[in-house]
Amino acid sequence: MSLDRTDVDKIAHLARLQIEEQDTPEYAQNLSNILDLVNQMQSVDTTDVLPMAHPLDAVQRLRSDAVTEENQRENLQSVAPAVENGLFQVPKVIE
Amino acid sequence: MFDKTLAELASGLKSGEFSSVELTQAYLARIKAEDAKYNSFITVTEETALQQAREADKIIATGNAGAFTGLPIAHKDIFCTKGTRTSCASKMLDNFISPYNATVVDKFNQAGAISLGKTNMDEFAMGSSNESSFYGACRNPWDTDRVPGGSSGGSAAAVSAQLTPAATGTDTGGSIRQPAALCGITGLKPTYGRVSRFGMIAFASSLDQGGPMTKTAEDAAMMLNVMAGFDKNDSTSVERDVPDYTADLNKPLDGLRIGLPKEFIMDDMDSDIAAQTQAAIKEFEKLGATVKEVSLPNTALSIPAYYIIAPAEASSNLSRFDGVRYGHRCEEPVNLEDMYKRSRGEGFGPEVKRRIMVGTYALSEGFYDAYYNKAQQIRRLIRDDFTKALSEVDVIMGPTTPHPAFRIGEKSSDPVSMYMEDIFTISLNLAGLPGMSIPCGTVNGLPTGLQIIGDYFAEQKLLNVAHQFQMATDWHKQSPQGI
Repeated sequence: MSLDRTDVDKIAHLARLQIEEQDTPEYAQNLSNILDLVNQMQSVDTTDVLPMAHPLDAVQRLRSDAVTEENQRENLQSVAPAVENGLFQVPKVIE
Repeated sequence: MFDKTLAELASGLKSGEFSSVELTQAYLARIKAEDAKYNSFITVTEETALQQAREADKIIATGNAGAFTGLPIAHKDIFCTKGTRTSCASKMLDNFISPYNATVVDKFNQAGAISLGKTNMDEFAMGSSNESSFYGACRNPWDTDRVPGGSSGGSAAAVSAQLTPAATGTDTGGSIRQPAALCGITGLKPTYGRVSRFGMIAFASSLDQGGPMTKTAEDAAMMLNVMAGFDKNDSTSVERDVPDYTADLNKPLDGLRIGLPKEFIMDDMDSDIAAQTQAAIKEFEKLGATVKEVSLPNTALSIPAYYIIAPAEASSNLSRFDGVRYGHRCEEPVNLEDMYKRSRGEGFGPEVKRRIMVGTYALSEGFYDAYYNKAQQIRRLIRDDFTKALSEVDVIMGPTTPHPAFRIGEKSSDPVSMYMEDIFTISLNLAGLPGMSIPCGTVNGLPTGLQIIGDYFAEQKLLNVAHQFQMATDWHKQSPQGI
């Protein structure tokens, strides 16, 4: 399995990661090596094996639909990069 | 005093031999004097530690002290601590002062423990060497040119160098057991769901589990008594009573059935480590155990399956770091996409980026069945192997790692060679089983670990087995030269 620069650029875009151009070849090489490693999985026949998402086959726990959290807006926004009037600020999305 | 275990320090506090403030001051001074050699702490919380120690001394004076009141520990910097930087060893969270406590941190606070500070680790717990930390590599106290292992390398090094009597760690593919082995200490990864993951910054949610890193099995039992238990804030926390983990420590091992997986002895592993595993097994036979060979035929597939499941879950978990609500934000973003990409590109180191990209690729359109689904199927095969083996024996044993600590830089340019060091530990996380590493010898002056694996929720059994070994041997009492 070999990834090239275009593949790395596409994956990086999907992951919203900026990768410096000079680093792309090394990522392509490392990611190709990792995919070679994981492709060892394909040598095993897993027909009729159920995928296992949880070791104890647990199911999602439910609770009653009631408000239990108190408002901690100020506390939680204290670590935000930019806040105004209790709202998170980001660059303009709609022109 | 620094060679004392938690259990010994607890009796010293109780008898008034020293106060919690004196104990805490002594450790803080030792960290200040010694840690430049190891870089095992990212943040030392001197002020809050002394405040907690003064509170603890008041409680001790009233005669109402609990088992943990006044005992100092350190937390891996993956556990959120309110009012203190919680960095996960990443530039992304270098400026993150947590607005809340992890459940594990709350539990130790309620138990009266003292937190000395936050320990170094691989960035976002992704690594087996502690070299990917934004704050620099942590060094192994047994040889400072070598890695302490990872990702809980700072916790292991700090315990080994006696900068703290014990520390918390987390284990996603071996991150408690491997550094414990490489630094000559005791480490326990509990059953998945036994210890709350709330406030423990997520790497791979179906694999992550917190646990104790200590000098002895007895201390690990004391810590697990505090850490374990149901938490409504963690949707995968298990609703099950917590036993007293110290209760069974002294049970004799007569009739204990030990399974040795033939797949845990590999051609390219260190031959001295194989010999030490055999020697440890002999010791257990002297203690009354019987030994038989078992088979875990899919062991070799655990690494490929893990390197799909863990990165896939990581790519999803780490999407929260977008520069909007917390963490690093790039300067002067031109638009929202530029802000996401540059904040993440600048905030994450290379190994984290690699894993996010592997996970993104594996989950992208058209690849799901070939990668994620296939890995989850193999995960069941691995679990079924263990279930079968554990129907024949009480515990499974083998080496924790195929080699002792490697040199800093030796494997950092080849991620895959680093991944292979976790061959014996990763399968437990995929299966969700508990496992321990205890010191069982040295190779060229470097410590090695024996891994003990048990059935789901068999932590009491593991601790009993490990404690009996430590009563009969003194590998766990050995320290790096000069310490």
